[in-house]
Amino acid sequence: MTAFLTMWDADASLGGRIVLDGADLQVKVGELVAVVGPNGAGKSSLIRAFAGLLPLTRGAVRLGGDDIGTLSSRDRAARVAYLPQERQIAWNLPAIEIAALGAPFLRAADAQARARDALKEVEAGHLADRGVAEMSGGERARVLLARVLTTGSRGLLVDEPIAGLDPEAQLMVLERLQARARGGQAVLVSLHDLALAARFADRIVVLDHAKLVTDDTPMKALTPEVMSQVFGLSGRWIDGPVGPLLAAGRRQLPG
Amino acid sequence: MRVSRLTLALAALIVAAVFAGVLLGESVFDGHQWAQAFSDPESGPGEVLWQVRAPRVITALMVGAALGLAGAVMQGLLRNPLADPGVLGVSAVASLGAAVAIVLGAAAIPGVVEVSSLAGAGLAGGLLILFSARVRSPEALILFGVAVSSFAGAATALIFNLSPSPIATAEVMGWLLGSVQNRSWVDVAWVTPAVLLSSVLATLTASGLRMLSLGEETARTSGLPMVRLRLLALLAAALATGAAVAVAGVIGFVGLAAPHLVRSAVRGDPGRVLAPSALAGGLMLVVADLLARLIPTDQELKLGVLTALVGAPLFALIAWRAAREWRL
Repeated sequence: MTAFLTMWDADASLGGRIVLDGADLQVKVGELVAVVGPNGAGKSSLIRAFAGLLPLTRGAVRLGGDDIGTLSSRDRAARVAYLPQERQIAWNLPAIEIAALGAPFLRAADAQARARDALKEVEAGHLADRGVAEMSGGERARVLLARVLTTGSRGLLVDEPIAGLDPEAQLMVLERLQARARGGQAVLVSLHDLALAARFADRIVVLDHAKLVTDDTPMKALTPEVMSQVFGLSGRWIDGPVGPLLAAGRRQLPG
Repeated sequence: MRVSRLTLALAALIVAAVFAGVLLGESVFDGHQWAQAFSDPESGPGEVLWQVRAPRVITALMVGAALGLAGAVMQGLLRNPLADPGVLGVSAVASLGAAVAIVLGAAAIPGVVEVSSLAGAGLAGGLLILFSARVRSPEALILFGVAVSSFAGAATALIFNLSPSPIATAEVMGWLLGSVQNRSWVDVAWVTPAVLLSSVLATLTASGLRMLSLGEETARTSGLPMVRLRLLALLAAALATGAAVAVAGVIGFVGLAAPHLVRSAVRGDPGRVLAPSALAGGLMLVVADLLARLIPTDQELKLGVLTALVGAPLFALIAWRAAREWRL
């Protein structure tokens, strides 16, 4: 399969600090790729560069074969949908209206029909008419994810979608993103939870200090060496009930 | 459907308030005078109704609508429930423009104060558009607006400070307090096209304001032409504010409170709140002007003073309800 999201030799900086340093990455249709790394490693920057929100100082980003700079904002949105880490919503809008914002160019009734399906997909159908002010943080996260699923874009760029969710909701969200990938979308998601990244991703990209350290299948990407050098953790793979599981712990300090 | 009912209800209230505004006032007519007022517009009672009260009421309606609309646009654009037409400094610079015209002795020339005030609003709007093209953060835009507002306020104070004529100073002060007293059909002709144009511009921005509810980055990646929509929103707000200040001086609280009065009826939607906010603003000002005329005082109450006096406690009540809703 051809790559849908492509980045070559990308450099970017933010406020004088280098946030991407020579990043190369491809995400194919049908793939779920997880970006992991310590805080400040450049995960959000990588995703924002694909969304066109972070200008590159060198290199290029292509979406569906076309350079991102040549696409109109509408064409870009038709190719990739972006879910930021930020979950602030300014007004007490009902969930259905928020999810429908994923399809701003459709007729209101069509957008709402699609939004209703997306809310059901993230098990938030019962929240459709509830205002965001009356929702928990987890419910709000589901509704915002539903907006991204409403877009129908081929590429999904999802920044920390499971932060602050309970364990069951974390699994549900990652299952849905995996299903979207299997259904023909290219999904790039940043995660802090290494075990869940290893469980759901087809490939894992490890970032450290703005550099791409490794890009491989979970077992090859999260080796004991990478776990130790990048995360300061001891980690090993064990047999679990649903396949190999990554077990990680704090590295034993000498002495 | 709730929005339609809300719009209809507001429109019906406006019709009632406009009738009351035209029919009630300081002059009390007997039956013969009423008949004369309606049968002969050139007669004394006819003049009072159609050349004094009616243009005054319509001016209040248009100015209130402009302020309500500008407040709703500002709140949506800045994602801030405390934003109002004054927050970005447009009112202050428009006031400065009018103050300069009055102090220079140009107030006697018809239209000069209005043009000068509109020029001030245009200048402030232009500065804001230039700034927002470079900086997208609403917080930064608010801070820039506060700086513009403070500077214009200081410049207006400097005019008071240095003005050699106490008459001109009193005139500026009276104008700054806000009023629609003695407004004519010429004023209506000034303000109406500006309000209609800003309403059209604001309506075009509704989808963008709605998308901005989810934050700057979501809006920028939504596919909507956010740069153009932001520009239109600023233009709409500056034009509406400038027109209102040019015709009626500075009138507070309407722009801040009108969107909050109707927001829950449109479930918070910053796009759908625009038209009801304009209607609510118009209604508020027509009623406030009627009260200003009917409350017996030696000197007629200034509209800006009355809206602030009545609006502040009302707004505190709205804020209390909103805080409960948002569990602040």
